[in-house]
Amino acid sequence: MTVKSKLAIAVSAIAFTCTAYTAQAEILFWSTQAKPVEEAQAMREQVLAGFSGDVDYQPNDGGPWITRLNAELSAGSGSIGVLGALHGDYAAMDPENLIDLSDLGVTSASDTFNNLAMLGTDTMQYIPWMQASYIMAANREALQYLPDGADINALTYDQLIEWAANVHEATGEAKFGFPAGPDGLKHRFFQGYLYPSFTDGVVRTFASDAAVNAWETFARLWEHTNPASTNFSFMQEQLLSGDAWIVFDHTSRLANAFNERPDDFVAFPAPAGPTGRGFMPVLAGVAIPTTAPNIDEARALVSYMLEPETQIATLRTTNFFPVVDVDLPDDLPPSVQAAGNAIAAMSGSPDANPGLLPAGLGDRGGDFNRVFVDSFERIILGGQDIRAVLDDQKATLAAIMNDTGAPCWAPDAPSDGACPVE
Amino acid sequence: MNSRILPYVLILPVVVFLLAFFIYPFVLVSQQAFQGDDGGWTLSNFQDVISYWKFPISLKNTLLLAAAVVPIQLALALLMATMVSRMNKGRDLILYVWTIPLGISDLAAGIIWLAIFEQSGFLNSMLSGLGLIERPMNLLSYQSPLIVFTAIALAEIWRATAIMLVILVAGIGLIPKEYYEAADVFGASKWKQFIRITFPLLRPSLQTALVLRVILAFEIFAVVAALGGTLFPVLMGETYAYQFDLLNSGAAAAIALIILGISIAFTIVILRVLRVPKGASI
Repeated sequence: MTVKSKLAIAVSAIAFTCTAYTAQAEILFWSTQAKPVEEAQAMREQVLAGFSGDVDYQPNDGGPWITRLNAELSAGSGSIGVLGALHGDYAAMDPENLIDLSDLGVTSASDTFNNLAMLGTDTMQYIPWMQASYIMAANREALQYLPDGADINALTYDQLIEWAANVHEATGEAKFGFPAGPDGLKHRFFQGYLYPSFTDGVVRTFASDAAVNAWETFARLWEHTNPASTNFSFMQEQLLSGDAWIVFDHTSRLANAFNERPDDFVAFPAPAGPTGRGFMPVLAGVAIPTTAPNIDEARALVSYMLEPETQIATLRTTNFFPVVDVDLPDDLPPSVQAAGNAIAAMSGSPDANPGLLPAGLGDRGGDFNRVFVDSFERIILGGQDIRAVLDDQKATLAAIMNDTGAPCWAPDAPSDGACPVE
Repeated sequence: MNSRILPYVLILPVVVFLLAFFIYPFVLVSQQAFQGDDGGWTLSNFQDVISYWKFPISLKNTLLLAAAVVPIQLALALLMATMVSRMNKGRDLILYVWTIPLGISDLAAGIIWLAIFEQSGFLNSMLSGLGLIERPMNLLSYQSPLIVFTAIALAEIWRATAIMLVILVAGIGLIPKEYYEAADVFGASKWKQFIRITFPLLRPSLQTALVLRVILAFEIFAVVAALGGTLFPVLMGETYAYQFDLLNSGAAAAIALIILGISIAFTIVILRVLRVPKGASI
């Protein structure tokens, strides 16, 4: 973890303490998104200032966020008015604790997102708020080492490895960067990118021969990966410092690099494997807890967040894209343009193989992620035998699927009942 | 007020505070550790936690770190305390400077040492500035577990030696000067005086310092998180992961109780080994 992200944690801890002293008349917007100080301030000044009422926007880390929310829910009364969080945060909650928002009259333009927002019920338990994805980015200096005949907008994993190897050879340093730090989003790479691209599945194919091949490929890429990657969590920092030239990360965790030095970096789609170009969306939503002090005001704020102007202001602030149909203006920040083009190229590619966010796992989402993170730590960092690790982790994965009864999600083939690990 | 009741009245606020904010949550956590999803009594939380592949590694790391750090801190604190107690001028100034790390939070201490050991940190800049290395080395990487361990141990020694120092300085101050004067008369060397007078009479303070320090060593978390990230799993880090990453309070409570058990076991050992015989106080 870097000093910057440490500071962010410290600041959000201070913000957490400060919330105890805020006035009651405002709506408390309790969020896990837009945490960095500048983003939080921009949320207040540029996004929420247009709302008719007063809003107290307080972003936080996941831990304090859920702790306070649970405390208010179990006390039966609270001061949090509106929640802002990722799909995974809501999926870990009991849907009963969120107010049904079906009659609000606002939804996202995507049926997939609206379905996810029902959290397994028949009603909208949260409203999709904004979306993002994971893309690749590179320093322009690395472009000269692209393998012959490789199209940066249609790379394969083999070409990516060759490219990283060329850079490694030319500079003497491993310059592929991977967010494997404690706060890095590495599990999403395995769930949404590596597995769909090599096995056309995530759960069913977890321990298949194709999965062994996937891990072998990743191990080859790891040879050209900066070994300090286990401390990287926001790849924009390593892009800017030059410690990494080719990176994978969440669009909003790359944004600063493009905004600070737009001419130095390029964004491009994730690579493709034998079973297509796997990629995964990120979905955040807004919801109202049952303990909200003023539900009418809170509902008004949720509606306001989905208005096209608010969505564009949110995009400028957080680098998360709108979930409703809007005409994007031309003067968007460089990060938004770069990421938008890369995502469009990724989803529009002929071999696109989109994966969905894990669904139906309830509060076992963390355990599900840990299966992938543990596999990574044992295979790549620990150098253990791939087949043995996958067979071992498979039992844990199967137990999670059976306990939750979660059916398969794309790209896994649909299942009756719990998704089987084959 | 009746002088027999007064002491109890005076400690009442503390007792109430401890009952409300320590004993009561502690009872709740203990219950959580032994409760399954269905609310029944079970040991499954402990089974889950202990059978996880990282548990033996984090247990080993925690114990190793304590074994490496505490003896060095003890020796350093003894040395520093003796030095301070012999000083006439500037004693307070030195003592204040030495105890500065005590006022810094452990996360901040971790970040300070991260700034030294990072790839673009002070150590690397210094080495390359002196021409000893060609380009910055990556010191805190999964390929060099020994350096990661050393960095964490150094940060811990730097940060937490002062707490032992303060206790030992107070303890040394309590030893009557007459013993040393008598030793001088009989021609005992300074080393002999330390071994025969200071050390035995310091036993009660040593006990306190060691118990406090060993318990804190088993609770090490923020320094490790800052310097080692996920490279150096320790028990407290696992507790955090269970509570906040996996939202599994039962397992987090179970591992917290395991840490408590280890702490109690070591406390008993220290109390036994450094036992002060009855009536043998200064």
